[in-house]
Amino acid sequence: MAIKHLTTAGFDAEVAAAPLAMVDFWASWCGPCKMLSPVIDSLAGQYAGKVLVGKVNVDEEPELARRFGVMSIPTVVFLKDGEEFDRKVGVMPAEAFTAVLDSHL
Amino acid sequence: MSYDVLVIGGGPAGLSAAVNVRARGRSVLVVSNSDTENPLYRAERVDNYPGLPGVTGPELLEALHRHAEAAGASFLEGRALSAMRMGETWYVSVGSDMVDALSVVLAAGVSRGKKFPGEAAFLGRGVSYCATCDGMLYRGRPVAVLGYSESARREGEFLREIGCAVTYFDRPKQCTITGGDRVESVTCDGVTVPAEGVFILRPTLAPTDLFPELTVENGHVIVDRRMATNLPGLFAAGDCTGGPLQAVKAAGEGLVAGQSAAAYAAEVLRAQK
Repeated sequence: MAIKHLTTAGFDAEVAAAPLAMVDFWASWCGPCKMLSPVIDSLAGQYAGKVLVGKVNVDEEPELARRFGVMSIPTVVFLKDGEEFDRKVGVMPAEAFTAVLDSHL
Repeated sequence: MSYDVLVIGGGPAGLSAAVNVRARGRSVLVVSNSDTENPLYRAERVDNYPGLPGVTGPELLEALHRHAEAAGASFLEGRALSAMRMGETWYVSVGSDMVDALSVVLAAGVSRGKKFPGEAAFLGRGVSYCATCDGMLYRGRPVAVLGYSESARREGEFLREIGCAVTYFDRPKQCTITGGDRVESVTCDGVTVPAEGVFILRPTLAPTDLFPELTVENGHVIVDRRMATNLPGLFAAGDCTGGPLQAVKAAGEGLVAGQSAAAYAAEVLRAQK
């Protein structure tokens, strides 16, 4: 499954339709976000068909950033049936994310 | 931007490392603050640098910088904010850029001062080390900048330009960050201001903030005779490995770290062939 670029309009429907979702809040001006990007890409491949891996550009979707209280990017929010149950702030290796996903699959 | 070796820090250790990486024919990028922010820049006189008695700090820095430049090192001004190794490559973010290299020499000097009360607890919930990254999330809101360098002042200006209501604290000694779920206010040297964001902009991050798995003792990076740390492909040199905090010791360690880092990068490239 490819990475979904989520917008304010489509967010709820997309995320609610997935049993498990992982959403990366990022922006083009953020160096640490660029570092995390290949990690998110590889997770999208690894969990294809099982987890919705999405990205939200906080520059283009400030309302979503506000709604989730994103105060530092990158922030990765984990959702189950549309409800947030965990989040990770900052650059981390893939294992930090797979640990959360694997324990909820 | 990809290099064989990335050097973090532009003082005697980092520049000496860069010269010696180039001497081994490897590409190298030096990420650092400007020379004027280097502690050595404020040294009026250095009397124990062999062969250059009485040289001033600015003269020594300039000579080292010119030497590295002539050797073919590349330079990027800014602060390294985060680092991570994936596969055989180190990725390091610098402001809004990202650079990668096969090996890294950490030569960023000493991070002076302890963390403030509330700093670690509110990291990512209002406390940030990167105005460029997180500034936009605080548009139209009150923020405080705790600035410890000239570039911090520029970052404060940037926050003001994008629409944050900025209170700038110039090198405050003691601050406390308070709030509930998120930061609500900060008190520095007796002055309290409401703030949803607190940007703490020190000239250099503590080694373990940049490399969380790094082994340190009393804040000093533990290295072996090759200046290798406990992390693969990461070497360290200069003040960050401990005293004496002297330019000549830093330059010597930089030589060893630069050679080790170049050899490490060469080994990775050989294995990949």
